[in-house]
Amino acid sequence: MNFDFSDDQKQLRDQARRFLAEKCQPKAVRAVLEGKADYDRDLWKGLAEMGFLGVAIPEEYGGTGAGHLELCVIAEELGRVLAPVPFSSTVYLAAEALLLAGSEEQKQKWLPKISSGDAIGTLALFEGTGNPSPAAVKLAVSNGTLTGAKKPVADGAIADFAIVAARTGNSGRETDVSLFLVDLKAGGVTAKPLQNVDPSRQQAELTFAGAKAEPLGAANEGWSILSRVMDRAAVLIAFEQVGGADRALEMGRDYALDRIAFGRQIGSFQAIKHILADMYVSATLARSNSYYGAWALSTDAAELPEAAAAARISATQAFQHCAKQNIQVHGGMGFTWEFDCHLYYRRSNALALSLGSQSYWEDQLIDRMRQKNAA
Amino acid sequence: MNFDDTPQEAEFRAKARAWIDANAPKQYEEELRKASLGRVVLKGANILEVAKAWQKKKADAGWAVPHWPKEYGGRGASPIERVIWQQEEGVFGKLTAMFIIGQGMCGPTMMAYASEEQKRHYLPPLGSGEKIWCQLFSEPAGGSDVAGLRTRAEKDGDDWIINGQKIWTSGAHYSDYGILITRTDPTVPKHKGLTMFFLDMKSEGVEVRPIKQANGNSDFNEVYFTNVRIPDSQRLGAVGDGWNVSLTTLMNERMSIGANVATGFPELFDYCSSLTFDGAPALDDRAVRSKLANWAVKASGLRYTSFRSISALSKGQRPGPENSIGKLVAGSMIQEVAMYALDLQGAAGVLSGPEDAEVAGRFQAMLLRSPATRVEGGTDEILRNIIAERVLGLPGDIRVDKDVPFNQIPTKGRA
Ligand SMILES: Cc1cc2nc3c(=O)[nH]c(=O)nc-3n(C[C@H](O)[C@H](O)[C@H](O)COP(=O)(O)OP(=O)(O)OC[C@H]3O[C@@H](n4cnc5c(N)ncnc54)[C@H](O)[C@@H]3O)c2cc1C
Repeated sequence: MNFDFSDDQKQLRDQARRFLAEKCQPKAVRAVLEGKADYDRDLWKGLAEMGFLGVAIPEEYGGTGAGHLELCVIAEELGRVLAPVPFSSTVYLAAEALLLAGSEEQKQKWLPKISSGDAIGTLALFEGTGNPSPAAVKLAVSNGTLTGAKKPVADGAIADFAIVAARTGNSGRETDVSLFLVDLKAGGVTAKPLQNVDPSRQQAELTFAGAKAEPLGAANEGWSILSRVMDRAAVLIAFEQVGGADRALEMGRDYALDRIAFGRQIGSFQAIKHILADMYVSATLARSNSYYGAWALSTDAAELPEAAAAARISATQAFQHCAKQNIQVHGGMGFTWEFDCHLYYRRSNALALSLGSQSYWEDQLIDRMRQKNAA
Repeated sequence: MNFDDTPQEAEFRAKARAWIDANAPKQYEEELRKASLGRVVLKGANILEVAKAWQKKKADAGWAVPHWPKEYGGRGASPIERVIWQQEEGVFGKLTAMFIIGQGMCGPTMMAYASEEQKRHYLPPLGSGEKIWCQLFSEPAGGSDVAGLRTRAEKDGDDWIINGQKIWTSGAHYSDYGILITRTDPTVPKHKGLTMFFLDMKSEGVEVRPIKQANGNSDFNEVYFTNVRIPDSQRLGAVGDGWNVSLTTLMNERMSIGANVATGFPELFDYCSSLTFDGAPALDDRAVRSKLANWAVKASGLRYTSFRSISALSKGQRPGPENSIGKLVAGSMIQEVAMYALDLQGAAGVLSGPEDAEVAGRFQAMLLRSPATRVEGGTDEILRNIIAERVLGLPGDIRVDKDVPFNQIPTKGRA
């Protein structure tokens, strides 16, 4: 058994960490958070130059073709530093959808642009409150054009293209949904940025008024493609969450060593030690579940759906837990704008909702475990 | 990232599997599979005898303690092969719970500190289950604070004379030998005046009194020592160095990874899979699903954490304090799982008899046994301290008794 990343992958991690330590300091995250930019363009370019955007994209489409384990490694590092770039929308969702279901022409057109940082993509699935379901997809298609609205769409206002879920039937079943690729710059779509709990990442409403809809994947197969894309993204985002959880734990630990109260380091109070020990426990469980997800993702194993849901739930819990308790360990300082604690708190909650809520993934996990047991 | 064995590991696994397949007491397989924490019953058989027979059979073929050196009854297997063996032994491993303290903690301590002659004499029958060992550490005054113990050892010629009392000693009532930590100098700070021995539990002056536990069983005991004589040759480590020797024992407790601590989750999922509420599957119920999902990811998280430790082992790294996580998470989890399973049963959840209770009362047995999991081998609080101090590097607790001679430390909280 070798349930760990390889030495090469660990080297890649060190390389990514060094790069991000320089290019993605908290002040860069704050610049986006405070509205000075809608995403960090320099960082985005840098990620492209390092080959990180195309790490899981085959060479024939302009990527480095390294693979999905490598992408997990990068994801963790981006999560640690809260990278304020549309990486998850473009790389985990749009690129994965293209790789899974795109036509040769679509792949040729978009994947090299993703690798080189010249195109931002996103997935337009949600239509207001509620969890993903075929019945919740109302956006309509007629005569090859789309009419309706999607919100929230992560990075919707900065994206060049979107993969859009639209209704193509009325039976209320999964086969009612198809996917379309929409060039957002081609007209017929307006984007409105929306306030959200983590302004270091953008959210938008996309309104489609007769936008040209180019099918992505087979007609009426949309839901099944989506569900595979979501599973893959769940593992990758879990790594971002694991990175964030780890960093929040480190921040809490460091503060506990520095801060003195009652004449002692606060880290010598058992109540604080136990808070930090519990953060370590949740981060470790999440990391282990995510490793399993990484294995399933990289081998496209039959276990992927279950592994992805477990990684998703566990990593969401861990990041939320660590980010929340990190503020507690910091006391009043933790609630100031100056300290970085709230950046992690914000991101932990935004990521928790990014692919549908925790309860949605709980449902997914139990359904999948049940199917396995019945089989 | 893979789950594959190396060719060498695969060969070891195949050998182990074939041997187990040909030799395991299959007649008990079904009962062992259904056994849960606090409830292992073999109808019409004495579990101690069945366990000893299985262990002996393994010993004769060299599988009893695979990771021990050959000369002491093992086969010199690597740490990873030991884990593979445990994986393959599977449910039959549940039979050998009563050997864990002896083989997992006393054996390694003997290996580190006993004379060569003693090792060759005592270790093979310990490995083969012919002789059972217990660990005489905890006392009424020293559990978490092991170094607070008061059992005295006084030198008398070539012997030591022991007086005092141990408590919570698992298996003392059927043990042949024990490792014993004593105080040999009460005038120095507590960690410095301790000395370790091993002794024959049939020695004159040793009295074992079973304690009835909260769950009604009697697995642990009080052990009284009245002028018990131990030859100096049965001392382990130097006089006054007992604390360091005991750390070897406690470190080895943690080395016993791979044998996963029970979480109760597979049992709960099974149970819910067949449960219905007013004709609708319980697994369709929103609240049930949410609870199950949250426990599922803890159980899988522990499982894959142990896989990561196994991977580290196979690269020659030693398991460290981070392995405290297993019992810490599983302990509270199994308790919550048991409570929830009873809750699902409604008022009838209160019944615990194998005939009347759901699934033969396995969750009721878990409920009543699980509080002990959170105490034995280090309480939740002590495990959190270990993680905080030794994994995260936070300062140690303030120890007001650290530099105080032991005989000047207060003994009661309230006068
Ligand atoms: C089923 C079972 C089997 C056992 N088998 C054996 C055996 O075979 N051999 C043996 O030697 N012992 C055995 N023990 C004893 C076990 O190791 C002790 O019970 C355990 O270490 C706790 O010690 P205690 O019972 O004295 O509790 P105490 O140490 O008195 O603890 C009481 C409470 O205080 C807390 N506490 C104590 N110190 C601290 C601290 N520094 N920080 C925070 N909280 C603290 C504890 O967490 C606990 O909540 C067994 C116990 C059980 C339940």
